[in-house]
Amino acid sequence: MTLLGKLTWQAFPLEEPLPLFSGLAVFLVLIAILVWVWRKGHVPYLWREWITSVDHKRIGIMYFMLGSVMLLRGFIDAIMMRTQQAIAFRAPGFLPPSHFDQVFSAHGTIMIFFVAMPFMIGLMNLIVPLQLGVRDVAFPTLNSVSFWLTAAGALLVNLSLLIGQFDRTGWLPYPPLSELRYSPGVGVDYYCWAIQISGIGTLMTGVNFVTTILKLRAPGMHYTRMPMFCWTALAANLLIVAAFPVLTATLGMLLLDRYVGFHFFTDTAGGNSMLFMNLIWAWGHPEVYILALPAFGIFSEVVSTFSSKPLFGYRSMIYATMAICIISFMVWLHHFFTMGAGATVNSIFGIASMIIAIPTGVKIFNWLFTMYGGTVRLRTPMLWAIGFMVSFTIGGMTGVLMAVPPADFQLHNSLFLVAHFHNVIISAVVFGAFAGYTYWFPKAFGFVLDERLGKWAFWLWNIGLWVAWGPGYIVGLEGMTRRLQSYDVAEWRPWLLVMAGGVVIILLGILAQIAQIVVSVRTRDRRRDLTGDPWDGRNLEWATSSPPPAFNFAALPNVADQEPYWDMKTRAREIGQLVRPEPRYEAILMPRNSPTGFVTAFFAVVTGFALIWHIWWLVILGLVGSYATFVVFAWRDHDEELIPAEEVARLDRANRAARTTRLQERMAERESQQESHE
Amino acid sequence: MPGLAAGDAAIDRKRSSATAGKVGLLLLALLVLSELGGCGRAQLQPAGPVSAAEREILYDSLAIMLAIVVPTILAILGVVWWYRPSNRRARRMPDFVYSGRVELVVWSIPALVVIFLGGIAWIGSHDLDPAKPLRSHHAPLDIQVVSLDWKWLFIYPKLGIASVNRLVVPAGVPLHLTLTSATVWNVFWVPQLGTMIYCMSGMADNLYLEASHRGVYYGESAMIDGDGFPDMHFNTHAVSRDRFDAWVQATRGSGPVLNEQTYRALLRQSVPPHPYTYRSVQPGLFADVVLLRLPPGHGPQGAVPGVHPIGGSNVHPAELK
Ligand code: HEM
Ligand SMILES: [Cu+2]
Ligand SMILES: [Cu+2]
Repeated sequence: MTLLGKLTWQAFPLEEPLPLFSGLAVFLVLIAILVWVWRKGHVPYLWREWITSVDHKRIGIMYFMLGSVMLLRGFIDAIMMRTQQAIAFRAPGFLPPSHFDQVFSAHGTIMIFFVAMPFMIGLMNLIVPLQLGVRDVAFPTLNSVSFWLTAAGALLVNLSLLIGQFDRTGWLPYPPLSELRYSPGVGVDYYCWAIQISGIGTLMTGVNFVTTILKLRAPGMHYTRMPMFCWTALAANLLIVAAFPVLTATLGMLLLDRYVGFHFFTDTAGGNSMLFMNLIWAWGHPEVYILALPAFGIFSEVVSTFSSKPLFGYRSMIYATMAICIISFMVWLHHFFTMGAGATVNSIFGIASMIIAIPTGVKIFNWLFTMYGGTVRLRTPMLWAIGFMVSFTIGGMTGVLMAVPPADFQLHNSLFLVAHFHNVIISAVVFGAFAGYTYWFPKAFGFVLDERLGKWAFWLWNIGLWVAWGPGYIVGLEGMTRRLQSYDVAEWRPWLLVMAGGVVIILLGILAQIAQIVVSVRTRDRRRDLTGDPWDGRNLEWATSSPPPAFNFAALPNVADQEPYWDMKTRAREIGQLVRPEPRYEAILMPRNSPTGFVTAFFAVVTGFALIWHIWWLVILGLVGSYATFVVFAWRDHDEELIPAEEVARLDRANRAARTTRLQERMAERESQQESHE
Repeated sequence: MPGLAAGDAAIDRKRSSATAGKVGLLLLALLVLSELGGCGRAQLQPAGPVSAAEREILYDSLAIMLAIVVPTILAILGVVWWYRPSNRRARRMPDFVYSGRVELVVWSIPALVVIFLGGIAWIGSHDLDPAKPLRSHHAPLDIQVVSLDWKWLFIYPKLGIASVNRLVVPAGVPLHLTLTSATVWNVFWVPQLGTMIYCMSGMADNLYLEASHRGVYYGESAMIDGDGFPDMHFNTHAVSRDRFDAWVQATRGSGPVLNEQTYRALLRQSVPPHPYTYRSVQPGLFADVVLLRLPPGHGPQGAVPGVHPIGGSNVHPAELK
């Protein structure tokens, strides 16, 4: 027992130049940014307006930024793997197995937990309260805690670059490989504690959004008037509430095995490793839909707006969403048909997995009929949606193919499988995030993103997706298994070279997106969205200014129909003036900012780090710290802030004026058009 | 066996020349066409009844789904193009938001596909149940498979011999494999023969396969098991009955003995530089492994420097050879 537990100088990769330099580079850049921010005097602003913010819009934006930064990290891992496999033909390549295995594990973990999840949760944060016509989520401070705990998990994963090692057993640490006997290092512990901490954050997000959607809606917004995105958000958060405790318990058991010699999963001592496989996928398959459902919601919004039509088959879409929500808990066994479960069990789970494809297919057809008879405007968000529909249809097909057990007997764990899930997850979740990002960016920041560079990004990502993963299906059918650090089968080589080329194309797509944001910010004055409705939108988020004031709506809207904002606009055009007369402005109470989330997360990182390295006194310190933070927060008596009526009036009047001007312009346009017709 | 080794090399050469110029960019079209053509791909070039049946199922399922997927994609692109804002001939129907008939079709098309595929899945799962004996007028050959860190041990219990990292079988005879692991999980997979299956410690799985033709078939582990994972591959040699018998005789004539002691040496993490055989096997050894009467692999702690060590290091098998 030493003061620093297992932590010694050997934890630092002093003899391995690659991790040492990449780790150091990342942290130096990070420190440089922090120093720059501090020298420029931005710290008080960041602290006041962002770090301690409990505003759902700010939190949503921070989630999205976290996801973007982690996408870069995960993508660098992807470049390393693709380069390794391109050169490691009958050769060791540049990554030894001990390092390569960390790279795919970190890539998978980061992409799922710290890219896809923050993207989806971020967009839900930004938009759901606006679409529901309310002022914030049900528990604003809890929301901030959720975000900061997610960030804490991401930080721990990245800390393993520099101190110690990351997990080498894949993005799901199957025992026995992940048990102490076979993975004695700290890698699995980094994984587990990072996911435990961020998992608590995610669970609280689930509770928060289920409550918000069930309990806080604008007057008149019945369930069957909620926008599709809110429905899918509800379904996804119900899944979070039901599934994340399973993940936490499963990893908890693994931790008990590793830390105190329990034997939940050790076959040699009365445990059962197959139990882990079942439990982790009881969470894992719903997780797929936790990611995909909100993306489907985003596409529903985008397709309807840019086809200038309401969503086709709205009720059918609700049934499909809820059907997916329920069935997703009944298919987990399809992840291990090859474990020898027996024909009847296999075929029942195979058929259940196919049944889930029915509501998914229904969604595709309903989007198709939403476009049918509409006016399809190909702005960037819509392009992402179309790219999604095409690629996802193919990815869904290969998924159903693997739901046929005897076919899966030859495809399981092959690159065919890896190509399948990249095909669906990139086309649905990543493209969904990009569609939502370009669609709602003006709402969040008050100006529209550059279209030309957006279209470049779209084409590069789509072509890149197919060049990077299309050949994956082929090498999979040529018998290549996943996670290979090196190989000596000549047939695979050409395809792996093509796939490496695909990654370069995706890289260009990412560069186009970076250029897009730089150019758009520089020319933002020309891109202002003054009315708050740049795309001729249909739901309530467009009924307020861009960016919306902290309180979202000066007066809560009254909802009488399924597309409240579209109705308001149509009637306004008929009568030639804004429908809603200026309300009697009143002061609004908003929750006060709080550092609780940030401070809790700080202590969570300390606790997690101390647990990983067995520094027990620090564990106690960290736990006491987080508990104290909670007590201080619970006992505060000043927790709300009053926004005076004049301020509310000022902000709302400016927006009303802009909308009136725009309306008059529209009417004038219409008249001149009619005259020219006559 | 020099003859077998020469076979390996010949296969490698054939493979590399056959694929020299295959780089293409029309991936999707290529995928569908060339895969349906089935030229020189592992699973799609079946060498036994199991993989042949599985390929059949793969094609049937793919064909059923393509019949829906291709029209759907064309319809998506067609609708997007036709309803572009500048098309004056397109009839706009901004109020077309519900149609009972459309809903019916929209739910029943995927449902029909699933009924078809569900039938295939049900029948196929039962026909191709890994534990179901194959129909044949030959009695199956028993082989016991133990996955170790990082090598495969094949025991021929009735013949009293064993082989490491090379599986030799008579062509045309069903194989009854019983699989376990003496370490972490592994997956036994010979793509050209068919069905892969998990090897797990403390358990034994049954798998029936058969090689119909003579040949050398690539085999591998399909589950990450640590640093030696990329080297966990082996060749399956399907030879004529006579050559198989000759091989058995030759094996019995030389090489070490597999007993508890020599088995314990196998438990260390290592990659053998080349395949080798045991001239005799202690009876009941496999059962001792499955029932955990023999200890499982040591993991990295047991990595004693000496016998082919590669754990955690940068040494590639190519350098060891
Ligand atoms: C942007 C382009 C991407 C590329 C080029 C890429 C590349 C790769 C590669 C090369 C592997 C290892 C394949 C193997 O096992 O042999 C991999 C694994 C994986 N990727 Fe990606 N990836 C990308 C995006 C994503 C995204 C967006 C996600 C999820 C949101 C994701 C999730 C995963 C997961 C879960 C694994 C499995 C890791 C494991 O084997 O444990 N990837 N990816
Ligand atoms: Cu699944
Ligand atoms: Cu088992």
